[in-house]
Amino acid sequence: MATPVLDKVEAESAASPYITVTFRIRRFNPEVSDAVVWEDFQVEIDPKERVLDGLHKIKWDLDGTLTFRRSCAHGICGSDAMRINGKNRLACKTLIKDLNPEKPITVEPIKGLTVLKDLVVDMEPFFQAYRDVMPFLITKGNEPTRERKQSPEDRERFDDTTKCILCAACTSSCPVFWNDGQYFGPAAIVNAHRFIFDSRDEGGEQRLEILNDKDGVWRCRTTFNCTDACPRGIEITKAIQEVKRALITRRF
Amino acid sequence: MSADTTSAIGPVEGPAYDVDNPAPYIEAPRKRTGRTPRATRGNFEMAAWLFMRLSGVVLVVLVLGHLLIQLFLDGGVSKIGFAFVAGRWASPFWQVWDLLMLWLAMLHGANGLRTVINDYAERPNTRLWLKGLLYTATVFTILLGTLVIFTFDPNIR
Repeated sequence: MATPVLDKVEAESAASPYITVTFRIRRFNPEVSDAVVWEDFQVEIDPKERVLDGLHKIKWDLDGTLTFRRSCAHGICGSDAMRINGKNRLACKTLIKDLNPEKPITVEPIKGLTVLKDLVVDMEPFFQAYRDVMPFLITKGNEPTRERKQSPEDRERFDDTTKCILCAACTSSCPVFWNDGQYFGPAAIVNAHRFIFDSRDEGGEQRLEILNDKDGVWRCRTTFNCTDACPRGIEITKAIQEVKRALITRRF
Repeated sequence: MSADTTSAIGPVEGPAYDVDNPAPYIEAPRKRTGRTPRATRGNFEMAAWLFMRLSGVVLVVLVLGHLLIQLFLDGGVSKIGFAFVAGRWASPFWQVWDLLMLWLAMLHGANGLRTVINDYAERPNTRLWLKGLLYTATVFTILLGTLVIFTFDPNIR
């Protein structure tokens, strides 16, 4: 079947969309050396592909020792948050063409958590803070015989914070968390917010008390790093301020 | 596909470590363990946070008014002298103004520095010393200033 007239240039670019991109990756392997090195990899890649595809090409074709987390590869599981060109993002949601492929693309593990190997960090402190805010429905009295009903308006109240995928991009972009890691961090507060403002939940008072802690919401300096970093577009800083307001209006 | 894998990392199977010569154990520095004290300082942090907002609003009025009177109105900075201060402090209104400004500004600044130390000092010992220095300086300045305002004698020789 004859195709309509196609520009020669267009045809060529359609034939080979690949460009050469340099990935500059922060490598660390405690079994070999306790020093951290930056390593460059040159990869042929379509600029419409994602950083995760580049990492896959490196791991599968160039250096199988490169270690990173990823699971669903479609921005839902929250496994592959990393610091790409100095900004926390999901590797599976970052397109090469959005990153200026002319320059090397730096890929680092997220900050503030212990690096175990290459891009893999110990998420335990992060999840500990998450568990500390009791991210589950707390109710009193008897179980209802049917579902717990909620009006659309009540659902809308905490809709934004239900989107969290626990990727730790926000918490590990927070300069207060970087210091001693004792701050609960944006992600834990977001997930507390999701239940504090849920009309069906009755544990809000306990959660507010937990976040009233020395390392709770009052350490937030509203730098908006978390809101900038969130791959789900959650207004995290706003959620933290809403928890602060709830704490104050509860008292006075 | 060109590969520039000139690596500073040696092969994993290399000399490396074995049972007798294990790799250095890396202690997780930010672990929240059972030994980490659960902070129960009541509402102090909330009170401090609220105080910063409220004192800030009051200080805008106090400080701008102070600067206006001291530096701009009625001859500006050239009129400031012992006599000018003595004249102002003869009135209880200005005594209260200056006293309030002293206390609020010192506590506001000290609390701000306290949060800065909390955020940036990493070792507990550094924290302790910096805060000790901060609190000493704050208490000293507040007490000295208060003493001067209350015991000010315009006829001092």
